[in-house]
Amino acid sequence: MPHTMRRRLAAATAVLLGATALTACGSSDSDDKAASGPVSLTYWAWAPGMDKVVALWNAEHPDIKVTVQKQASGDDLVTKIITATKAHKAPDLVQAEYQALPTLVSNDALADIAPDVAGVKDRFAPGIWQQTTFGGEAVYALPQDSGPLMFFYRQDLFKQYGLSVPTTWEEFATTARDLRKKAPDKSLTTFSANDSGLFAGLSQQAGARWWTFEGDTWKVGIDDAATRKVTDFWGGLVGEGAIDNQPMYTPAWNKALNSGEQLAWVSAVWAPGVLTTAAPDTRGKWAMAPLPQWTKGASSTGSWGGSSTAVTTDSKHRKAAAQFATWLNTDPVALAALVKESGIYPAATAAQTSGALAEAPAFFPNQPDFYTRAAEIAKTTAPAAWGPNVNVAYTAFKDEFGKAAKARSGFGTALTTVRSATVADLEKQGFEVAK
Amino acid sequence: MTGLASPPLSRAANVPGPAAGATPGTPQGPPRPRRAALLPTAALVLGAVYCLLPVAWVLVAATKSGADLFSTFTFLPGDGFSDNLGDLGAYRDGIYWRWMGNSLFYAGLGAVLSTAVSALAGYGLAVYRFRGREAFFNVMLAGVLMPPVVLAIPQYLLMAQADMTDTYASVLLPLILSPYGVYLGRVYAEAAVPMELVEAGRMDGAGEWRIFLRIAAPMMSPGLVTIFLFQFVAIWNNFLLPFIMLGDDEKFPMTVGLFTLLKQGAGQPALYTLVITGALLAVLPLIALFLLIQRFWSLDLLSGAVKS
Repeated sequence: MPHTMRRRLAAATAVLLGATALTACGSSDSDDKAASGPVSLTYWAWAPGMDKVVALWNAEHPDIKVTVQKQASGDDLVTKIITATKAHKAPDLVQAEYQALPTLVSNDALADIAPDVAGVKDRFAPGIWQQTTFGGEAVYALPQDSGPLMFFYRQDLFKQYGLSVPTTWEEFATTARDLRKKAPDKSLTTFSANDSGLFAGLSQQAGARWWTFEGDTWKVGIDDAATRKVTDFWGGLVGEGAIDNQPMYTPAWNKALNSGEQLAWVSAVWAPGVLTTAAPDTRGKWAMAPLPQWTKGASSTGSWGGSSTAVTTDSKHRKAAAQFATWLNTDPVALAALVKESGIYPAATAAQTSGALAEAPAFFPNQPDFYTRAAEIAKTTAPAAWGPNVNVAYTAFKDEFGKAAKARSGFGTALTTVRSATVADLEKQGFEVAK
Repeated sequence: MTGLASPPLSRAANVPGPAAGATPGTPQGPPRPRRAALLPTAALVLGAVYCLLPVAWVLVAATKSGADLFSTFTFLPGDGFSDNLGDLGAYRDGIYWRWMGNSLFYAGLGAVLSTAVSALAGYGLAVYRFRGREAFFNVMLAGVLMPPVVLAIPQYLLMAQADMTDTYASVLLPLILSPYGVYLGRVYAEAAVPMELVEAGRMDGAGEWRIFLRIAAPMMSPGLVTIFLFQFVAIWNNFLLPFIMLGDDEKFPMTVGLFTLLKQGAGQPALYTLVITGALLAVLPLIALFLLIQRFWSLDLLSGAVKS
């Protein structure tokens, strides 16, 4: 079923937008003869240093000139792309987070580039590739970077308090309680209701499938058994006071990491970059380990963050744009430059063990094999299942879990509310939703 | 903001009454104790602290290096200001200064054009009687109630029809007609330009255009300064319109530019020190403008007091 999802999404969009979707469909075939003469492409991206990476391409490809227009990442950019698509003013290429792809596709913003990127599939881990294709034949984007989840902990303090690195979530809970007993003013970590992406990744690891579709209907599994397990686990820890309940990415959180008030952080491969600014005094004191598992001996992880390069339906040069996207995300020179200039963790599997990542992050001099281990963990990334209104679910998560975390009252009701808010929004958008 | 309060103030100055600060004495007994002024003073001080504390935070935080930003005491100044300034200037070959220039361009030219339109429209509404004048004015008043944020996306779609998105004009044009500016223009024209003077000008054979430029505009000028300042600040702080309109970061104003520094993706540390230093510098032109234009406001008060 190559185009099932696209068709269904487009059908729903047509209901909403009427003629807009139809005209967009009509224009998407008219780009094949554009190859004659130099082509000029615009690219909305937020990764730092992207202009320098693109300069390498421009030096070698005088016939296809790419201009980076730096944007701010996040849901606002998704809105901006959709608005631009409605006005037929979108750039040729956009950087898009994985969870935003279904939203963009359902608004008919992204072109299917499957014919232009044949043979690229094998360069990526299946779990990542699935996020840009939704499991079908159509290809809506090429994976650029990924954020496999890992466990980061203060090596020195773990030693000081006689803690061992947890390999299962059960051990994780014991470690948290242990630490509280030995040092009541310290916490193993915090549960942050602000970071929906992390919660999504943790659920993904447990096997949750938040959005799936069958035939013409969406199924929202936000309160499925796997997510319940994750919710009850963290809700329990917060409820009994074994871990902190303050949000991440605040000055107070920075201070807690820097002073050693919090000993660990469940985060993704890009954590060293954040720790560098958040906890500057702790260089060389952290170590990375695989994420704790639900069953002993298993190896599975979720992801937090990561983005892709997509070609828009507005682009008059789909082939050229796809050619650039392929170069950017599979060519060793481009990937090495992305690692160096943009500090990303490449999604292409070959690049994860390449020379560009031979050295450990500067903040982790004590763990020289950081990226070798990271590559092994990245391979175990569980598939993610995103839907067309991730932003709505994320907002509901922040509101509901925020309240519950503050009250330390357990997260059960909050999860139910998040699901019903997501379902209600899908229905409002004109999608069929299974009950 | 202070400027907006001037028309009522200038009228109040005509009314003989208790001067501010003088205690209304009672015939019998001594004047009430000064303690009465304590509460209002305390409230004002509290308000001032509330407004100034964030500014002080930005001021102090801009002097801290990235390592000190969150780890040292909040109001303890660091020694990293010149480094921060250097980093900000060096960031992507000094694109910050380009954003600053863009902001000055949008706000400067936009405010001048908007003031001109407001003055003309306000004068027209105040001086001429024509069919539909009140209807037009009421529609404008309704426009005052409409937050500009609501209009950004429709304006974008309109600009796209004209093939003008992602241009300097796409940000400038929607800002030129300001309902609030026109409203203020009318109020000022009615207060400052006596009809007798306009008629005297007509008797002497001056054209309408000449009367406006030579007689009315100078009389309205204190009010126009207020409109200019108001528009300048509004455009300077405008975010959503340029955010939607512009794709090319070389055309971004400061607000949108600094936002791209903050949001670099999940894995990238936000460039807090640069954003804070940038925000501090972004306030300076506004402070300079206020200081420069202060004298026109006292003029406004004076002219109001002299008029009978």
